Amino acid sequence: MNTAIQFIRAGAFALLLVLVAAAQPAVAQQAPNPTAQSVKEEQLLKALQPGSVISGRITIPDGSAATLIQPEGQDWRQFHQGTLPIIGAISILGIIALLVLFYATRGRIKIDAGFSGRTITRFGGFDRFVHWLTAGTFVVLALSGLNLSFGKFLILPIFGDATFATLTGYGKVVHNYLSFPFMAGIALMFVIWVKDNIPNKLDLDWIKAGGGLFVKGVHPPAKRFNAGQKGVFWIVAFGGLVISVSGWFLLFPFTGGQIVGDQQFWVNVHAVLAMIFIAAMLAHAYIGSVGMEGAFDAMGSGEVDENWAKEHHSLWVEEQKKLAGAAPKGAVPAE
Amino acid sequence: MARVKFLCDADRCIECNACVTACKNENDVPWGINRRRVVTINDGLPGERSVSMACMHCTDAPCAAVCPVNCFYTTVDAVVLHSKDLCIGCGYCFYACPFGAPQYPRVGNFGSRGKMDKCTYCAGGPEADLSQAEYVKYGANRLAEGKLPICAEMCSTKALLAGDGAIIAEIYKERVTRRGYGSGAWGWKTAYKDGVAL
Repeated sequence: MNTAIQFIRAGAFALLLVLVAAAQPAVAQQAPNPTAQSVKEEQLLKALQPGSVISGRITIPDGSAATLIQPEGQDWRQFHQGTLPIIGAISILGIIALLVLFYATRGRIKIDAGFSGRTITRFGGFDRFVHWLTAGTFVVLALSGLNLSFGKFLILPIFGDATFATLTGYGKVVHNYLSFPFMAGIALMFVIWVKDNIPNKLDLDWIKAGGGLFVKGVHPPAKRFNAGQKGVFWIVAFGGLVISVSGWFLLFPFTGGQIVGDQQFWVNVHAVLAMIFIAAMLAHAYIGSVGMEGAFDAMGSGEVDENWAKEHHSLWVEEQKKLAGAAPKGAVPAE
Repeated sequence: MARVKFLCDADRCIECNACVTACKNENDVPWGINRRRVVTINDGLPGERSVSMACMHCTDAPCAAVCPVNCFYTTVDAVVLHSKDLCIGCGYCFYACPFGAPQYPRVGNFGSRGKMDKCTYCAGGPEADLSQAEYVKYGANRLAEGKLPICAEMCSTKALLAGDGAIIAEIYKERVTRRGYGSGAWGWKTAYKDGVAL
């Protein structure tokens, strides 16, 4: 019995060997190539959507390290080194050129009736504080920001590597810290001035008359703020909001998105807007100082000449006079 | 002078992460920073591959182009290095780098970044070769000692290759020809504009 079983076993084993031996070449030919399905860099790069990344799994705690290749880094470099400086140069140099042209043709806008010698309060202490809080921080933020974009071409060659790096390093710290009073200033300005900046029909007439900017002696009527000033207000309000939000995401990285592409997006928004913002504020600063006689007093002492006020804010002056006239007896006269 | 490069043969990489560890040890890399990392693509799927990635020391490096203080420089061996004395930690190089190489120790307020740290190809920094100051800021300078980067030198499967770009490309090509497959020289197209023709 035993020998019979052994015989069958041996026979079966031999048969098996023969079968395996016979099948071997066929198996080798049909065996799936273990690498046929292997992921290839070229395929991944080709399949990559614009703005997306090649990523996988990592075993270290830093989740952002899971991104293997993000080719859009090159695009961002292209934008940052090519497009952005052009946008900046065009908007800032462009506005300066326009202002120079305006000054050359129109000159300083004078008070037609001359100084009356009587003044009227235009902005109280708090208004002026909020304005200069925002304006002062804006100037430092703008300069330290422009230095990041243009400094290495304009300033570095003058001061050398080490000095320029120290300067720019302090610039970064100052930019980080002054962003907070700036944001506070934007928010306060919005709150205290928004009620006088709602656009209305009067603004259309003001715009039709070109604001009286281009023709001598023309002064379209305006309330507390004319259409031009309302424009500045809304540029500052919206621009300030977007620049604050984008800046916030740069101050606190990865709060505005999980991947580096989000950071690239926010820094682009921040930079482009900043360039346009700076250009707009240059125009604002021009017309509030050199460009118009009597205008600076509004934010300087807060007291503007009555004739200036009558010419540029006729309806506002009437309102103020009515208010003063309606003041209860015993109130201090406005003089 | 050679044009040195890294090449990770993903068909050999076994994701042991020894390169990551060796790099941290050799260069005394600060907490939270990994100059080299291993990423597994298509994890758990047929044909998954692991790639060890660090700074690729690009030709025409984007980090150097966007740096606002010009703190980057390229050595004669084509290694991209930077000066931590000049770096202001703005983060631009991190935005521009296709390989996520620049990293920043978290110091001070907000998300404020310290001086950028990245793979130096074990070539130190601008300080005098093999000085203490150089080691403290940038880690080892194995190149000055005539050695290659530690990550590639100790790779157990010889997946990670470092050295003259032409030579390691030749080694890789030979491997691919012999075994009949290869998933490509990861990152080369992006870093050097040309891959390894297989």
